[in-house]
Amino acid sequence: MDNFQMVVLLLDATMRTSTPLILAALAGMFSERAGTINLALEGMMLGGAFSAACVAYYTDSHWLGLGAAVLTTIALSLLHGFACITHKGNQVVSGMAINILMSGLTALVGIALFSQGGKTPALDHEARFQPITLPGADAVANVPVLGSLYSELLSGHNILVYVAFLAVPASWWVLYRTRFGLRLRAVGENPGAVDTAGISVVAMRYRSVLCSGFLVGISGAYLSTAQGASFLSDMTAGKGYIALAAMVFGKWRPFPAMFACILFGFLDAAATRLQGVSVPGIGEVPVQLVQALPYILTVILLAGFIGRAVAPKSLGRPYVKER
Amino acid sequence: MSDTMHAAHGTGATGTVPPAIELRGIDKRFGAVHANNSIDLKVEKGTIHGIVGENGAGKSTLMSILYGFYQADAGTIHVDGKLCDIKGSEDAIAVGIGMVHQHFMLVETFSVLENVILGVEGGAVLREGVDKAREELRRLEREYSLDIDPDAVVGELSVGLQQRVEILKALYRGAEILILDEPTGVLTPQEADHLFRILETLKQQGKTVVLITHKLREIMAATDNVSVMRQGEMVAHRHTAETSPQELSELMVGRKVLLRLEKGEANPRDTILQVENLCVETTTGVRKVKNASFYVRAGEIVGIAGVSGNGQSELLEALGGIRSVSEGRVILNGQDVTPGRGVGPAELRQRGVAHVPEDRHRMAMVTAFSAEEAAILGYQDDKAYQKGSLLDWGKIADATRHMMDEFDVRPADPHLKAANFSGGNQQKLVLAREIMRDPDLLLVGQPTRGVDIGAIEFIHKRIVAMRDAGKAVLLVSVELDEIMSLSDRILVMCDGYIIGEVNAADANERVLGLMMAGVDPKQAEAEAGK
Repeated sequence: MDNFQMVVLLLDATMRTSTPLILAALAGMFSERAGTINLALEGMMLGGAFSAACVAYYTDSHWLGLGAAVLTTIALSLLHGFACITHKGNQVVSGMAINILMSGLTALVGIALFSQGGKTPALDHEARFQPITLPGADAVANVPVLGSLYSELLSGHNILVYVAFLAVPASWWVLYRTRFGLRLRAVGENPGAVDTAGISVVAMRYRSVLCSGFLVGISGAYLSTAQGASFLSDMTAGKGYIALAAMVFGKWRPFPAMFACILFGFLDAAATRLQGVSVPGIGEVPVQLVQALPYILTVILLAGFIGRAVAPKSLGRPYVKER
Repeated sequence: MSDTMHAAHGTGATGTVPPAIELRGIDKRFGAVHANNSIDLKVEKGTIHGIVGENGAGKSTLMSILYGFYQADAGTIHVDGKLCDIKGSEDAIAVGIGMVHQHFMLVETFSVLENVILGVEGGAVLREGVDKAREELRRLEREYSLDIDPDAVVGELSVGLQQRVEILKALYRGAEILILDEPTGVLTPQEADHLFRILETLKQQGKTVVLITHKLREIMAATDNVSVMRQGEMVAHRHTAETSPQELSELMVGRKVLLRLEKGEANPRDTILQVENLCVETTTGVRKVKNASFYVRAGEIVGIAGVSGNGQSELLEALGGIRSVSEGRVILNGQDVTPGRGVGPAELRQRGVAHVPEDRHRMAMVTAFSAEEAAILGYQDDKAYQKGSLLDWGKIADATRHMMDEFDVRPADPHLKAANFSGGNQQKLVLAREIMRDPDLLLVGQPTRGVDIGAIEFIHKRIVAMRDAGKAVLLVSVELDEIMSLSDRILVMCDGYIIGEVNAADANERVLGLMMAGVDPKQAEAEAGK
């Protein structure tokens, strides 16, 4: 295999690994731009992945699986909202509680239903999202460079990958070009300004966590019914947190957050490919080091390379009228 | 309880024009606090109506009820003669009430335009409404000479301009009645003058303005009518032309007060504090104090005037040892005590520096502590408070009681939570803690912020007493009146520089105001002379 082919394959894998991160990072952004810290992304993703796998297994429909995942994560985000918005609870504690709850609950229900040590049974063809061949991809496959870029890199992914990448400009448009987005950003900066403008702060924040739940549900379904073929216990492996880090790295903005997700996704894809490969000049890189790279990078980037990340001003603060 | 004045007021009022606002029997309680006790108020159309009262008199609560921020427990609101049920801000906006809050309700990362259209965007997609809004904004801005760029980012505007954005927001929503809550607290005298010109224009256009303040000077200068509140009750209504600051302040406090502090000549002796080329930077490297040099002698009060945020706070914190100094020297009684190089607040305290920080709740006390705990903060290592290696609570309670007697802190209960004292009594306790250690130098910031008039008088007297006892006092305050009545010499800060020094006896408000805005002292005097 020539080098070009190898790069294309690596980028191809990057698209697949960054998809769940992009969806979750956008989910986090909707919630946090409105002032609610969403540390529960990890648990929600896990819950979504589990529901999708179960429902897809019983119904043999990946669409019903996706629907179940979104319903699950929306329910969880309402729970998070109930604790953080209605009862003004600590947002970090609520998020962590949901993560711990889902980690245990998915394993428990999984064992009870399938007795496979927390796994769900492998899904058949119909129960999974299948690759889509974009129009004309086969025809141009033999055209050098551009043709193979189109057919290898852009074509041949499942629909959720395209959904994730299209969700980025869509989210940007919603946030910056609509009334809803203006109010959403305002409520995360100064809820008092929103309240005195005659808009309900509570309703705005609930809507933002609903958006968050919707998006993270898709990323959960992607993990178990598109990228994988079953649910494995704790299969998110910190992706929710990495997505959150990417969102901070991207300063709570859709496109920069997407690039951060692609960077993390690339490291993830590279880690798989670098296993056992001898890098010229360095020798064989230990697998563990490569696998740890995304996490190490997160720490380094968050520690100082992103400059001053300006968070929404009232992020993490429940809205209480003065006095 | 209230003497009324509404009978036949106004030049154009024929008696058939209903008042812009009429409140009847408004009542509101917050737990045990009776914030508004059966308030009646009439505001005539097309006038500027002042509401004065001490902090905690219930002015802001009353206006928040009118704007739908709180719900009254009882009473009715009539706007233009019609009974209104105001349940939220959107109801208030709908009947033409706009409010400029004391703490601006602005989104700092948004542009002026975005702030103005928030809540009245005119369509689900922004582009539909924005062009129309921009045009309307231009018109309003010209009509009232507000001088604002619609695309400027609000967080980068000066406080005075931000306030005009608030006014613009209200006008854009079609406000006929504009409520301003303590609008001049953060403004330079020049900005305040500009604001009053804007309010005058509004009045000429037939709008009604309600001005809440505790500054009598503004009431006298700007309003047509004035209502006085005291401890949750409406105690009087007056035509401004027929009253005087003395009468109003008596009504506010309920007894006669001295507006001007009587103090003798200063008798300055040796230099206690010498500051040389001092520079202070924030943790992010922004230089807040630039090359400050000055001295404070025993037996004098040196006041630092300036608009909030021009480096006074950082200067005071550096001298108190809380911030490190990046350049320059601080000499106390002939010894180098430059903070930051091994010298912190504890060492400065031992060397006779007492510090009353500007922000009472954040730095001067822990509000969740009892009064006795608050009374030893910073001096907790003092042997007098200890028994072996433990704190001696008996002695601490005695010491606290002694402080409370000496400084008239009420209620005189050392076990009461600090948060449960009024602002004035909290401040008296902090001052007692610092002053009764008999320091050589007293650093005091905003000594009367959030303090009622009775306590202000007391605190001012104690500060002057410190001076008369031969101590050095450095006073930082954003209240120009306070600086002028207490200080013997006045330093003015602007943008981190000490821009000039004025002898208190020769000081006048206009010159100081210009200097606070950065005008060179000589030029300021020339301009003020015009």
